[in-house]
Amino acid sequence: MSKVLVFTEFAPGSNQAKKGALELLTATRQAGLHTQALVLGSGAQTVAQSLAGWGVKEAFVSDHADFDRYNPELFAEAVASAIRDSGAEVVLATSSMLARDLFPRVAARLDTAAVSDCTELKFSGSAPQVRRPLYAGKCSAEVSFMGSGPKMILMRANQLPVGEPTGGGAVQIKTIPSPSSQGLRSLIKDVVKGATGKLDLTEANIIVAGGRGLKEASNFKLLNDLADTCGATVGASRAVVDAGWVPHSMQVGQTGKTVAPSLYIAVGISGAIQHLAGMSGSKVIVAINKDANAPIFQKATYGIVGDLFDVVPALTTEFKSLLSQ
Amino acid sequence: MRVAVCIKQVPDTETKIKLKPDASGIDPTGIKWVMNPYDEFAVEEGIKLREGGKATQVIVFSVGPKARVVETLRTALAMGADEGVVVDAAEDLDPSLTAKALAKAIQAEGEFGLVLTGKLAIDDNLASVGQMLAEALQLPHATVVSKLEVGDSLTAEREVEGGSKEILSLQKPALIGANKGLNTPRYASLPGIMKAKKKVLKEHSLASLGLDASQAKVKHVAFALPADKPPVKMLDGDAAAQAKSLAGFLRNEAKVL
Ligand SMILES: Cc1cc2nc3c(=O)[nH]c(=O)nc-3n(C[C@H](O)[C@H](O)[C@H](O)COP(=O)(O)OP(=O)(O)OC[C@H]3O[C@@H](n4cnc5c(N)ncnc54)[C@H](O)[C@@H]3O)c2cc1C
Repeated sequence: MSKVLVFTEFAPGSNQAKKGALELLTATRQAGLHTQALVLGSGAQTVAQSLAGWGVKEAFVSDHADFDRYNPELFAEAVASAIRDSGAEVVLATSSMLARDLFPRVAARLDTAAVSDCTELKFSGSAPQVRRPLYAGKCSAEVSFMGSGPKMILMRANQLPVGEPTGGGAVQIKTIPSPSSQGLRSLIKDVVKGATGKLDLTEANIIVAGGRGLKEASNFKLLNDLADTCGATVGASRAVVDAGWVPHSMQVGQTGKTVAPSLYIAVGISGAIQHLAGMSGSKVIVAINKDANAPIFQKATYGIVGDLFDVVPALTTEFKSLLSQ
Repeated sequence: MRVAVCIKQVPDTETKIKLKPDASGIDPTGIKWVMNPYDEFAVEEGIKLREGGKATQVIVFSVGPKARVVETLRTALAMGADEGVVVDAAEDLDPSLTAKALAKAIQAEGEFGLVLTGKLAIDDNLASVGQMLAEALQLPHATVVSKLEVGDSLTAEREVEGGSKEILSLQKPALIGANKGLNTPRYASLPGIMKAKKKVLKEHSLASLGLDASQAKVKHVAFALPADKPPVKMLDGDAAAQAKSLAGFLRNEAKVL
């Protein structure tokens, strides 16, 4: 049977695979494929073992602190050798910032292709069928793989359903040799933690995003309050990033992040084409704007014409009571 | 130190995309082509390094249909890059072959201390060529870089998940993928545009670099426009009523809460 290898990321210290990885494992289990996992970093062993219920047969593991931070040279070496050893014909990963950086490099080493930011994945037998948006979502296309090497597919988070773990036996652990930091030509000197402990925008299931309609930086507190009620991550339009109200890491759009949450709430955002480019793949879009003609309403599922300074606090109250039930 | 900057020509963000009748790709007629926005940061960084005495020469490279791609190379030359190199190739060359072509074109120009690219191209959003090029040239790389210091080694600040930043040190030569924030790209001045006309622009084909299009690993096929979405549902009443009905719809109809 043809083999598939799932690159399984987990939040450090959580000992649990990220939702994106479980989405991929749900898909491979459903397709009845021989599934292997690749898990790197402190706690990898525990995470790997937890995957039995997801149909994982074997896991390539390096339970090593050197993988707690992303170093492209170390990761590329470990991942390329695990892929070779696995004999996998398909490699799946979430299209996270880490995977997007890593897999093209690995693909070049193995002289094959890595295709990031895919939004549809189906298996026809063991052959993956993949679609992805192009030109900022103005069209989409199927990916045709032509080489003979393993096909590497990076799926956007929140595109596939997550199933439930079922019985399953033990996962056979295959330990990847400890990495050698000898001869590395790039080193991480320091990490400056972002302000939030929230999920990254690219992984978030719910996003509350604010634009120039918020009038000033301090009013982002209204969005933080709303976001806190439902575990959302806060995003922003470029106008407010350029104004210096919030960091660029929060920008959604063509020159910011491409996101596809289940729910995207756009507050005081007009819906410029470059903003839509980054979020039109969201499942449900809510627009809150005082201008009934704002272009954002053309993309929205639900629209509220009104003053955000009234609507957002009312929504926070409403969400609080709904979600506490 | 010499600097190589790789740039891609992409449709302007406002351009309307139409498909070819056989859905094999986009219809290129009427498209306004521009330099990929992230590559503007890369070009600017190269020029700034030369102006600051850290670099001796900036050469810009681009792969794509020569007839149009040279315009974008001229733009980079007008901004202040010293020389341009075009690899004439079909519209939709895949990242693997693009990276191989760039690697050979760069090697043909000699040694470089720094290779700059944008963090991704906004047309196919694959974010692959930089890392693949780094592998082909056997260089360490860092992408999504919003701050760069050049000394005996490179110090790069890059954005990672959750808005955190990493500070990396890289030995030269290295490849850096530029993010917004790295600098503010200049516009080409009129004298710059005049000067650019006299600057060296070299040309290769895939064949002259020992490559051919059949070596591509992926191709986009079966293009489709997005399905029409149902019309927006507008929620009436005062703020409290609107909030209440939205919460109801999100829970019971859309099932996302
Ligand atoms: C090459 C390029 C790349 C770009 N990339 C991006 C990108 O990645 N992301 C991005 O977002 N933009 C991007 N832009 C910018 C984009 O064109 C818009 O300028 C920007 O998105 C506008 O931000 P905004 O909606 O917050 O502001 P505005 O367009 O000013 O909209 C503010 C909205 O708030 C509403 N409003 C005001 N007060 C209230 C109130 N009290 N209650 C309710 N509503 C209110 C207004 O009706 C208005 O619709 C890019 C532009 C270019 C040229």
